[in-house]
Amino acid sequence: MTEEFKPGCARPTGGPVGENISAEENVKETLVKEERQMIKVGKKAPDFTAPAYHNGKFVNVKLSDYLGKWVVLCFYPGDFTFV
Amino acid sequence: MSAVAAKYPEFQKLGVEVLSMSVDSVFVHKMWNEKELSKMVDGGIPYAMCSDGGGKVGTIYGIYDEDAGVETRGRFIIDPDGIVQGYEVLTPPVGRNVGETFRQIQAFQLVRETKGGEATPSGWKPGKPTLKPGPDLVGKVWEVWKTDEAFD
Repeated sequence: MTEEFKPGCARPTGGPVGENISAEENVKETLVKEERQMIKVGKKAPDFTAPAYHNGKFVNVKLSDYLGKWVVLCFYPGDFTFV
Repeated sequence: MSAVAAKYPEFQKLGVEVLSMSVDSVFVHKMWNEKELSKMVDGGIPYAMCSDGGGKVGTIYGIYDEDAGVETRGRFIIDPDGIVQGYEVLTPPVGRNVGETFRQIQAFQLVRETKGGEATPSGWKPGKPTLKPGPDLVGKVWEVWKTDEAFD
């Protein structure tokens, strides 16, 4: 499901998947950012890829690879914080 | 996140996968797991700890705090079709109730299994009565469900 990757010196990052945002749209997106709404229940969860640490390995995670399973996606403020 | 890890075997029994995400790098995730979390949960964190440097994913989910440069405590329940069934967002100082997440998934799974034929009233958990929405139930909820059922 996930693919292992070899870390280089740069910090690995991921991002949204599926939406081809052109430079022009990107600018527009920045302009309307203040109006962006919370995502809605009953609607599709935005797909993404992200590098991850999992059981001793560095892997790439893609949300859509988990279709067919329930997923709990938990964001949190930071490692080594207290809560 | 260690509380979610402790509950992970039970999540797995329900066919649930867990993904965590913060702006920290995968290298910091590794260190946090080794230096601290593995001392709180046997075997350490069993699920994938994702990295969202720059908050791009948190931004599309609406929970990235641009001023602080971190994700807020957003928790999303996503069904097997990739549909968001529920979410909860808390500011950083207050932790989540993992048991409540677990209860909500049990409820969503029951609704899905019955194809919407049954609904779970306030405070429902397995063993408590469900409601069967339909014309006959209109105005009759008071007969089949008592407010006390909402509480333990």
